[in-house]
Amino acid sequence: MIETMLAGAPRRALVALALLLSALVAAPLFVNAYALSVLILALYYAYTGQAWNMMIGFAGLLSLGEAMFVGLGAYASAGLFQKFGVPPVLGLFLSVAVSAAAGAAVGWLAFRFDINGVYFALLTIAFSEFTRILVDNWAYLGGSEGLFLHVSGLAGWDIVNLRGSPVMFYYVLLAMTSGMFLLCRYLLASRLGYYWRAIREDQDAARSLGVDVFACKMAAVTISSGAAGLAGVVYAFYYNNLFPETAFALSHSIDMLLGAVVGGVGTLFGPIFGALLLTPLGEALTAATDGLRLPGVKQFFWGVVVAAIVLARPTGLWPMIAGALGLDKVGLDKVDADEKSGR
Amino acid sequence: MPATYANILISGALAGLIYGLSALGLSVIFGVVRIVNFAHGEMMVGAMFLTTLMVNALGLDPLLCLPVVAAVLFVFGYLLQRFLIERVAHLPDHMQFLLMAALATTLTAAWLMIFGPETRGVRLSYGYDSYEVGPLILDKTRVFAAAAALVVAGLLFAFFRWSATGKAIRACGDNHTGALVVGLDVRKLYALTFGIGAMCLGAAGAIMVMLIDTQPYLGPQYTLLAFVIVILGGLGSMAGAMLGGLVIGFSEALAGVLFQPSLKSAFSFALLIVILLVRPQGLLGKRA
Repeated sequence: MIETMLAGAPRRALVALALLLSALVAAPLFVNAYALSVLILALYYAYTGQAWNMMIGFAGLLSLGEAMFVGLGAYASAGLFQKFGVPPVLGLFLSVAVSAAAGAAVGWLAFRFDINGVYFALLTIAFSEFTRILVDNWAYLGGSEGLFLHVSGLAGWDIVNLRGSPVMFYYVLLAMTSGMFLLCRYLLASRLGYYWRAIREDQDAARSLGVDVFACKMAAVTISSGAAGLAGVVYAFYYNNLFPETAFALSHSIDMLLGAVVGGVGTLFGPIFGALLLTPLGEALTAATDGLRLPGVKQFFWGVVVAAIVLARPTGLWPMIAGALGLDKVGLDKVDADEKSGR
Repeated sequence: MPATYANILISGALAGLIYGLSALGLSVIFGVVRIVNFAHGEMMVGAMFLTTLMVNALGLDPLLCLPVVAAVLFVFGYLLQRFLIERVAHLPDHMQFLLMAALATTLTAAWLMIFGPETRGVRLSYGYDSYEVGPLILDKTRVFAAAAALVVAGLLFAFFRWSATGKAIRACGDNHTGALVVGLDVRKLYALTFGIGAMCLGAAGAIMVMLIDTQPYLGPQYTLLAFVIVILGGLGSMAGAMLGGLVIGFSEALAGVLFQPSLKSAFSFALLIVILLVRPQGLLGKRA
């Protein structure tokens, strides 16, 4: 397993990864509380962006309802914790199960009828909105008033209950992002990963060669949405409050996929790179525009920046940077991105 | 009691015609240019603000402002296609989606910066008048609004059915390569189509101010509503968009009385999910 994962990765890519990981591990020692909160957010988007990328980038399934999977995961573990005192370390199993089941349900309904492309994307939006309204009207879990978790101080490392300092959340997210990276690398090098890319490029050709298209797509949505459910646990316990309006919002879905798109859809490291780039950029925009006291000015520039990136570099930024640094082969980045752009 | 239900259903249907007109704008653009306009609702909110400004500053009726607002939106849509969207036409779906989502964000922010977060409404002299037809009571504003929506939709149908330009646009939608081969200026026709789609939702926006107040954050909700309607009726089918609008108008009105008003959009989305599953091409759509 380790051999297949390392196969084809240039030495300098491994060194670069090791350096980045050490820098991220050491970061909390050197940065202030504000910078740490930005890093936490960046890692959250790196993780969720990668989960999203697994569907669209690997298997070619455009989901715009990522917020539903995260939101369901968040509500599952937060509900268990708040109503029954079940610690999130156990609750996360329900979160992953609920989100994966939701993903599997959407996938099963869609792929059985061969709903693809834009229609699949709209179906995920529809399910996401539907869930938002249902939770909004579900008084047991707080409804539109929101669900609040007991806060027991911001110090310490109670990892079982996910109650503790931001540094703890930072390391939890760092571990999750690293794990997700390894999982994606493993999947890409696996038989399933090749099937996914075959389906992404040409579904009918893949089917004619004996690929079980339905099962492979089901695997993609189920794994990806289950992974998003895990992010929901952190989302709930880091913020300590949940509102259907924000957790299931379409804008939450878009926030999660921005980093991946800017970094490079279908690449392995692109989502991480994109999130680490965009999140501080967004914060810098907030800082720069705060003095203007004009609501909306940040979103305005945000939209302009994203549009500019789409127009100037539609394959994402990472393939270009990876090429310049000689890191091409990390996760078959270059090959995939080129194929994708040639469509 | 039956009269109450009839009144609710009719008022839902009248609103549905306006939804239909707005969705028509989305449908025309998707049917020909193959772009899903995620900034649909945001553009419509712009049209609503423009109408509100004109009505309040000049004392005109919204329906008199409609041609101006529609013309402004036409120009906006034309330029948008020509200078922005055309450049992403060759990109995969998700990149196009992202550009449109970025545009939507920018527009909402722009409305917020220009008009502020407050709600703005218009006051109509006939705002509280109504027609009594037997046991039924029809709001005058709703009747006028629905009639205007029908007229605009009718003009559009006629344009696409009988005018040479309309036929050329339909040809582009049916077969892009074929249209190029017979010498149609597809780029220009695409821009024209986007302009017409935008005009449609501009008209819908101008009419909509008669029914509800305007504020910057309405955009996403109208975008989603238009999606639901268009998929219900069949992406790319014009008659389908109007029919979908009626169905959603009915279902919202019914959900409001049978369940609770806050669940009315859940009802629409449930309808959408059912349609996507049993008839993904929509009520009047053709199998792709």
